[in-house]
Amino acid sequence: MTERKIVDGRGSFCPGPLMELIVALKHSQVGDELEVLSTDKGSADDIPEWVRRVGHDYVSTTENDGVWHIVVRKTK
Amino acid sequence: MRIKEKKMVGQKICVVVISGTLERLQAAAMLASVAAVSGQEVRVFLSMNALPHFIKGSTAEAPHEGPMGDLMKARNVPEFKMLFEQAIELGGARLYPCSMAMDVLGIGSEQLEDYLGEATGLSRLLTEVQDGQVWTF
Repeated sequence: MTERKIVDGRGSFCPGPLMELIVALKHSQVGDELEVLSTDKGSADDIPEWVRRVGHDYVSTTENDGVWHIVVRKTK
Repeated sequence: MRIKEKKMVGQKICVVVISGTLERLQAAAMLASVAAVSGQEVRVFLSMNALPHFIKGSTAEAPHEGPMGDLMKARNVPEFKMLFEQAIELGGARLYPCSMAMDVLGIGSEQLEDYLGEATGLSRLLTEVQDGQVWTF
C-alpha cells in the first residue's frame, strides 16, 4: 500500500528542503509518494534535478500562494 | 544512458576548506552535502581558519565577508555544521582535519568534533585528490 507523505520544508533555504526530503525518503517504502513543501524557489528547481540524478521518479511541481509542492516517488 | 548517468553521479569530489568565513563555510557545506546525498564520494579537508570551527563545543558562528553573511543569519539558512553532519550521515561523506592546523592550534583528535576522521597531512590529501575533482573554499 502506498501513501503520500508531506515533507514540510517551508521557511528553509537550499539545501534544507532537499535534506528533509532525503531523510523522509530513508524512512519510506518503495512506491511511496512524498510531497515537499518549499517556499524557496531554488529548492523547487533543484529538487527535480536531484531526483533525476539519483533515479527516483519525479511526479510534478505546482505552486500555490508562494509555496511550491514537489512530488517525488521512491523507486529504490 | 542509465550507466552513463550512474558513472557521472559516482564521481568523487574533494572539498578543501581553508577559509573561516561564514559564506565560504556555508558554500562548502552545501556542495559537500548535496554531492554526498547524490551518490558522489565526498572528502572534505579542513585546514587553516576553517578548522577551529570544528573544535568540540564551537558553534556555527563565523565572521562574515559581506552582506550575504548578514542576510543568511537573518533567514532560516541551514547551519553549515549541520549540513556537514548530514553529508556524513545521509551521504557517507568523510571530513578530515589537517594535521598541520591541529599542530599549530596545539590540539588533538579528542578536542575535535567526533564526526571528523583522522588527522590528515598533505601526502594523504594529494593521494585522495588524484582521482577526483577538487573544490577549494
